[in-house]
Amino acid sequence: MKKIEAIIQPFKLDEVKEALKAIGIDGMTITDVRGHGRQKGHKEVYRGQEYNVDLLPKVKVELVVPDNRCQEVLHTLAASARTGKIGDGKIFVYEVGEAVRIRNDDRGESAL
Amino acid sequence: MPAGLLAQSSPDASARLAALEASTQAAQSAGDNAWMLVASALVLMMTGPGLALFYGGLVRRKNVLATMMQSFILMAVVTMLWAVAGYSLAFGGSSPFIGNLHFAFLHNVGGAPNPDYAPTIPHQTFMVYQLMFAIITPALISGAFAERMKFSAMLLFTILWSFIVYCPMAHMVWGKGGLLNAFSGGVIPCLDFAGGTVVHITSGVSALVCALYLGRRLGYPAVPMKPHNLVLSFVGACLLWVGWFGFNAGSALAASSLATSAFVATHFGAAAAALGWVCAEWIHNGRPSVLGAISGSVAGLVAITPASGFVQPFPALFIGLAAGFFCYFMVVSVKKKFGYDDSLDAFGVHGSGGTLGALLTGVFATSAVNGGLKDAAGRALPLGLVDGRASQVLNQAIGCAIAWGLAAIGTLLILKICDAAVGLRVSKEQEMEGLDLSLHGEEGYIFES
Repeated sequence: MKKIEAIIQPFKLDEVKEALKAIGIDGMTITDVRGHGRQKGHKEVYRGQEYNVDLLPKVKVELVVPDNRCQEVLHTLAASARTGKIGDGKIFVYEVGEAVRIRNDDRGESAL
Repeated sequence: MPAGLLAQSSPDASARLAALEASTQAAQSAGDNAWMLVASALVLMMTGPGLALFYGGLVRRKNVLATMMQSFILMAVVTMLWAVAGYSLAFGGSSPFIGNLHFAFLHNVGGAPNPDYAPTIPHQTFMVYQLMFAIITPALISGAFAERMKFSAMLLFTILWSFIVYCPMAHMVWGKGGLLNAFSGGVIPCLDFAGGTVVHITSGVSALVCALYLGRRLGYPAVPMKPHNLVLSFVGACLLWVGWFGFNAGSALAASSLATSAFVATHFGAAAAALGWVCAEWIHNGRPSVLGAISGSVAGLVAITPASGFVQPFPALFIGLAAGFFCYFMVVSVKKKFGYDDSLDAFGVHGSGGTLGALLTGVFATSAVNGGLKDAAGRALPLGLVDGRASQVLNQAIGCAIAWGLAAIGTLLILKICDAAVGLRVSKEQEMEGLDLSLHGEEGYIFES
């Protein structure tokens, strides 16, 4: 099993969700986060007072998938979240040791 | 009517005439009183929720309740003061500088009109209308010491300020026999229809003194202090705009054509100033902001306040436009240059806009709008520069200087008293934690419940 953690542009969330649904991936966890990579922030001005905002709002999508579907999901995620501009985000993949479905104690890939 | 019939009815004609006169007066009083009660409610709406929302949105999230409380609590505190002695010290007697205690505890303030001020409405209506002005004026100052003043100090400050600065200024400009009251034999006849000097210069200048005396907020200007919710400020500014119709058009003290004229001037001033500020910002900074548009409209409302019952619509547009540009300059350039932390720009908008408006009132006031100033033969006297009376600009400048002086000296004195009595600023820890939690034990936004 692999855990896929994607940090994406907030306005791309719906597109990503639809694309994952289309390839049969339903489960995911979404968090509002702030951060930045190479993208520079932007300037805001309130009554002449300037503020540089470098931590920008992003959405973190987390999902755990069977090993054999990982590449397909990565491809779909990246394609649907991409605008081609700086600030599109990043995807990280982790090994997952175990999964438990709390309702009935299913284990491993059948718990996904 | 046949002559015989007239003769027949003549015995009771005078009685019927008297009855007719009385019912005409009652009808006018009913109309005027209806408008003045609505206007009073509109002016109260400017403080709560108008100003409370406007200021509340501009502070950081941790101080939203404390800031709103500073406006709201004055609705209660100043009402008490007004009932006990405030109204009397502003409008009792006929001395040049301050009222007396003739109306203390609202003695002699009842349903019968007071012909010295408003002959067609109950004296109580006039009293409660003026109360709403006495409430919002100190509330405006809170924009300067937002996010760092103790609640106890703010209460003590307001109580002293109402008596030492507001009541004398209101009496000088609007009270019978007041030094600056053009319509009641003032030595220096100053034109201030709805409170350019009484409300906006006093509050704005006092705000500047408070900002200088208290010092900057911790971390200002290096630490970001963005407005936490401009949507609140937007709603507040819109309520202020609407409430201002009560403030200015209500200052006609009757449902008259003068009230209409003041209503129109008020609206035009606000509209032009919103555009003025936005244009200044667009040119200077590249983007027209929402905060700029609403700040501009308030600046225009401030500047048109003293002029509203004296000027025609196009001068009102000009005054508004000038206020939009001028207050933008004061808030963006002058504040930065001198480095004072007038947190919510109470001085930049009210002090600057009020002074500009008071001076321009001397330029554009015309007897074509307000014929209230009459010579012995009952003819309307010329008012401002456009009527050919250049000296009025000087009178206005003297009026402004007196308002500046009284506000600055009075506020400094009051701050020293409050500082000695209870201390002005919250502790560093309280300021960092936020006044909502540290002073009031609550939070404005609780998302987990």
